[in-house]
Amino acid sequence: MQQPNRLRPFFENISFDRKDNEMVINFGPQHPSAHGQLRLVLHMQQEQITKAHPDVGYLHRGMEKMAENMIYNEFLPTTDRMDYIASSSNNYGFALAVEKLIGLEVPRRAKVIRMMLLEINRLMSHLFWLATTALDIGAMTVFLYAFREREYLMDIIEDYCGARLTHSSIRIGGVPLDIPDNFIHDLKEFLDKFPQDLKDYEDLLDTNRIWKMRMEGVGVISKEMAESWGCSGVMLRASGHNWDLRKEEPYELYDEVEFDVPVSTKGDNYARYKLYMAEMRESSKILYQTMDMYKKTQENNETELMAHAPQYISAPKLDIMTQNYALMQHFVLVTQGMRPPVGEVYVPTESPKGELGFFINSQGGPYPYRLKMRAPSFWHTGILQDLLPGSMIPDVVAIIGTTNIVFGEVDR
Amino acid sequence: MRKYVPKDDVQKKPYYTDRYWVAPQVAKFDVESDEVFAADLATIKEKCEVIEAYIQVDQMVVIIKPTDNFTVAQILKDECAYNQLSEVGAMDWIAKQNQYEVFYQFLSMSKRKRVRIKCFLDVDQAVESLNPLYRSADWAEREMWDMSGVKVNNHPYMKRILMPDDWVGHPLLKTYPLQGDEAAAWYEVDRIFGKEARDVIGPENREPARVDRYDTERFGRLGHEIERGAEFKEDQAKTPLAYQEEGGVLIIKKFHEDDTVEITDRKR
Repeated sequence: MQQPNRLRPFFENISFDRKDNEMVINFGPQHPSAHGQLRLVLHMQQEQITKAHPDVGYLHRGMEKMAENMIYNEFLPTTDRMDYIASSSNNYGFALAVEKLIGLEVPRRAKVIRMMLLEINRLMSHLFWLATTALDIGAMTVFLYAFREREYLMDIIEDYCGARLTHSSIRIGGVPLDIPDNFIHDLKEFLDKFPQDLKDYEDLLDTNRIWKMRMEGVGVISKEMAESWGCSGVMLRASGHNWDLRKEEPYELYDEVEFDVPVSTKGDNYARYKLYMAEMRESSKILYQTMDMYKKTQENNETELMAHAPQYISAPKLDIMTQNYALMQHFVLVTQGMRPPVGEVYVPTESPKGELGFFINSQGGPYPYRLKMRAPSFWHTGILQDLLPGSMIPDVVAIIGTTNIVFGEVDR
Repeated sequence: MRKYVPKDDVQKKPYYTDRYWVAPQVAKFDVESDEVFAADLATIKEKCEVIEAYIQVDQMVVIIKPTDNFTVAQILKDECAYNQLSEVGAMDWIAKQNQYEVFYQFLSMSKRKRVRIKCFLDVDQAVESLNPLYRSADWAEREMWDMSGVKVNNHPYMKRILMPDDWVGHPLLKTYPLQGDEAAAWYEVDRIFGKEARDVIGPENREPARVDRYDTERFGRLGHEIERGAEFKEDQAKTPLAYQEEGGVLIIKKFHEDDTVEITDRKR
């Protein structure tokens, strides 16, 4: 490798030995449509891309290393910073992995609240996706509309946990709080209005000539390619796989709610756009059902929010304040951390971006021996190197948009 | 006496562990208890040696020899319908047994099953790339090399992915310092100006909001302003806080401190 010094600076080993017409273009990392910190080294023949090298790592914070040096509860807020568009889904993925490791059963009411939070996060994430992608392609109005709706949802989440972006709203073993009084009312008000909003977006985009030109037949991912690249979520479903972890490997109470999994066989940008819109409708459907489920838990007087496992989870506040032993256990759990059993677990969940998996190897200590996060966006960025060659420069922006990658998650 | 810190594992340690603490285990089940997994394992066993196999948390774990990883992946893909490689990673067991542990997480969409293939390999040993079978191995193996330092043979583009190309060390090793080593601390300076500039530039200021009151070259003191570069004195004359060019801006009145009135009666 070249030794960099003052006179011969180091250009990250891009080779400039190019053929006659080939041009090397550096796209990002500060490009507004790079959705964070994506750098693409594109080899061009005229307007056409012949080779693409996605370069990631600009947002690398070493989360896996951090996880190995933190107790489990301490690490939970860090997961917020992965997919920061829908942070509750990361909290959930991590919490579920640890619960599976310990073998905890979460109380029903907590499950219902978790599902509400997850679906609200999905809506937030999809709205954000729609807004930014539309903006990248030039539809400013849709950006403003979608952000307006996302704002309502953020207010609702803020009512619940006080944060708008980094929620930390789910704990290992349950949820920290019951939902506030006006939560259901606000959510219902939003959901009643939401179909009209969706219709507004679709009126603006569905038959829009520019939108269709930029989306239809662009960035086509074949069924085999999606499979081979480890795609998940909408990226997989747009290519003809009927695969949604909420249906296939149901967690929480997803087997009790009714919803459809929208699938398309086209595999292009437009198919992905249609799936995102359809998924928002499905999410609202689930949210309506969770509201009924929540009311039922109220009627049945199921008030438990955290699992009962004194060895791993602190007792309720009332017990800590009144019972000596609960206080002692709480003290140990906070200062030393819980010690899950020796073993390994890989738990996938369907986050808004795709399959978010947490692999935890525990050696029985308060720190995980190894924690690996399987972030869907990582592979959705990788696929760009096979997907981009052959397309034009303006298509790059549209393709990056519909892959819905978030760099907090890619780089971790 | 200074506390002994083992050099081969600098990770954070629990500060207290009970002498009689015995960690419980996550239950392992026999592979025969699940028909699908049993059939898959039998198919693998036909061609490769299986060191250990069990079911843990609903997923089959198969430990194989590191030289067999490509063959096993091929069997899983072609014969057992495991169509996705969802994750690849490595664990560092160098301190304990001078080995890496590599795991591959497979998913079969048609069977709705997940299998984890694991192998232990020596530090100087390399695994075969699964890239010809699963494209997702491309980036996953690059990350594995970058983070843990596991070498992969026949990979099409084996370069660091998250860390810069010329980074020294592999962050997820247990020996990797938690605070960043010397190379990490001086990374930008070395790269841009050369090592000889370390003295001139000095160590990185980790506190960007720090104000040096004796440094009149870079910092002005509000309320006690002196000329740039002038020597700092402890008893400095007060300078008025309000500042606006003479003549001022349209509509906006200049603020005169002397003309201000202090309101003591809050109800006024």
